[in-house]
Amino acid sequence: MVNVITTHNVRLYYGDKEALHGIDLDFPKQKITALIGPSGSGKSTFLRCLNRMNDLTPGVTITGSFKLDGKDIYSPKTDVVELRKKVGMVFQQPNPFPFSVFENVAFGLRLAGIRDRKLIQERVETSLKQAAVWDEVKDKLNDNALSFSGGQQQRICIARVLAVQPEIILMDEPTSALDPVSAGKIEDLLLDIQDKFTIAIVTHNMQQASRISDRTAFFLDGKLVETGLTKQLFIAPKQESTSDYLNGKFG
Amino acid sequence: MNAKKIDKLATAIIGFLVGVVVLILVALIGYILVTGLPHVSWHFLTSPSQSFLKGGGIGDQLFNSLYLLVLTLLISFPIALGAGIYLFEYAPQNWVTSTIRVAIEVLSSLPSVVVGLFGFLLFVIEFKLGFSILSGAIALTFFNLPLLTRSVENSLASVPKLQREAGLALGFSRWQTVLGVIFPEALPGILTAIILSAGRIFGEAAALIYTAGQSAPILNFSNWNPLSPTSPLNPMRPAETLAVHIWKINSEGIMPDASAVSAGASAVLILAVLIFNFSARWLGNRIYRKVTASK
Repeated sequence: MVNVITTHNVRLYYGDKEALHGIDLDFPKQKITALIGPSGSGKSTFLRCLNRMNDLTPGVTITGSFKLDGKDIYSPKTDVVELRKKVGMVFQQPNPFPFSVFENVAFGLRLAGIRDRKLIQERVETSLKQAAVWDEVKDKLNDNALSFSGGQQQRICIARVLAVQPEIILMDEPTSALDPVSAGKIEDLLLDIQDKFTIAIVTHNMQQASRISDRTAFFLDGKLVETGLTKQLFIAPKQESTSDYLNGKFG
Repeated sequence: MNAKKIDKLATAIIGFLVGVVVLILVALIGYILVTGLPHVSWHFLTSPSQSFLKGGGIGDQLFNSLYLLVLTLLISFPIALGAGIYLFEYAPQNWVTSTIRVAIEVLSSLPSVVVGLFGFLLFVIEFKLGFSILSGAIALTFFNLPLLTRSVENSLASVPKLQREAGLALGFSRWQTVLGVIFPEALPGILTAIILSAGRIFGEAAALIYTAGQSAPILNFSNWNPLSPTSPLNPMRPAETLAVHIWKINSEGIMPDASAVSAGASAVLILAVLIFNFSARWLGNRIYRKVTASK
C-alpha cells in the first residue's frame, strides 16, 4: 500500500493553545479515508493542514512532518500554489464562483496555462461527468452556477476540483449542507472516482463513513484515537472512546 | 400596545421619513429643472460664456467639467483600487494598517476649501503647475481618494471569505484569486463607489477655485493637440468648471442674464450627473453580466 500523504507528530497551536496533540495519519493511494469525530475534535483543522489552508489563519503555528509523495509540504521550498494544485479541496458550503457552469470548471484550467479550446471543452465535460452532474447541466453550461440547487452546486464544485486533476482531494463535510438525495449522489460519485484519486473526507455522518470509506480515523479532543480499516473499526473498535462514539454514547 | 400595533406604527413612521426624503429630493431637482431647463438650448450648451453681454453659453465649462472628471478618475481610481486591494486582501491587520485607515478617515473629513488651498500652495505655486486642469485633478484626487479607497475596501469585504478559499484551494495565486474571482464579484460595489465619487467631483467648486482656476480661455474644438494652449485636451490650461461657473455668476456675475445662465447651468449640471450615473450603471451591469453569466 503506497501512501500519498504521510504525517507524523502533527501539532497545531492557536497562539499558545495546542489544538492538535501529535497526530500520525497516512493516506493510502486511491483509497477513501474518512475522518470522523465530534465537533471540535480537530478533524477539519487537521484536514486543512494538508493543503496549508491554515496558513491563512493568523496566529496558527504548525509543527510535525507532512509529506506528499515523500516531499515536505511545509518546506520553505514548497510552492503553495503548486501544492494546492495537487491537493484539491471541497468545502462544506457549496462555493461556486459567480460565473457560468462552464467557466467555473474551465477557469482553473486556463489559469494552469491550458490554451487549447478543444482540450478545455473535453476536460470540462469529463469533469462534470465524473462529478455526476453533466446530465443536469449540459444544456445550461452558460448559466450562472449559482442558479442551480445546493446539491448541484456542490457537484459543480467537485467537477471544478477534478478538472485540475489533483492527486488527492480533501473534502470538509461536503454533504452536511445537503439533503439526503443530493448527499447520496455525492457518495456514489466518490465511489466511482476512487480508483483515480486519493480522497480524505471529514464527516459527521458515521453511516456515510461506513458506506464509502476504506479506512477511518477517529478524532477526539485534538487527538487521533484510533485508525484502521473501516470495517474493523466499526465492528471491533480497539478503544473504548471509539466504541462509545460509534454507539452514540456522547456527542 | 401589542407587538402588531407597534409594528404598524414603526412601518408608518419609517414610511413617513422615506416620504420626507423623497419629497425634498423631488422638490429640489424639480425646482432646478423647471427653472433651468427653459434656458437650455443647443446654443447655450455649445457656445462660450460671456462676461458682460447676454446670450453667453456654458460650452467650455461643460467640457471642462467632463474632462476634469475623466482626468480625476484616471488618477484616483487606479490608486484607490490598488490601495483598497492592498488594505483588504494583502495587508496584515496591525497598527500600520489601522493608522492608514485612521489617516484615510481624517483625510475624508477635510473641508474641500482646505484641500483647495493646500492644492493651491503645493501644486499651483510650489510645483509650478499653475492654475490648471492638472492641479485641479490632483486636488480632487486628494479629496476623492479616501472615500473611493474605503468603498473599494468595503466592496471587497462584501465578497464571502469562502470564495477566496475556493480560489486559493484550487491552486490560484493570491493575485489570480483577487483578479479572477474577487474583483468581478466586487464590481457592482466598486462601480457604485465610482458613480458616487463622480457626482462629488462634478459638483465640487471650492477645491477647484484655487487649483483649476476661475477663467475659461476660449477653446478651439478643432485643435486636438494636447500641448497647444487653446486645445481642449491641454491639461495645463486653466479651466473653470460648471460648478465654479455657477458659483462665480452668483457671487460676481455682471452679465444681464446672470440668473438665467445660472439656472440653466445648474439644470445641466444635474442632468449631466444623472446621465453619467445611469450610463455608468448600465455599462457596469453589462460587464458584470458578461463576466458572471447571470441574467
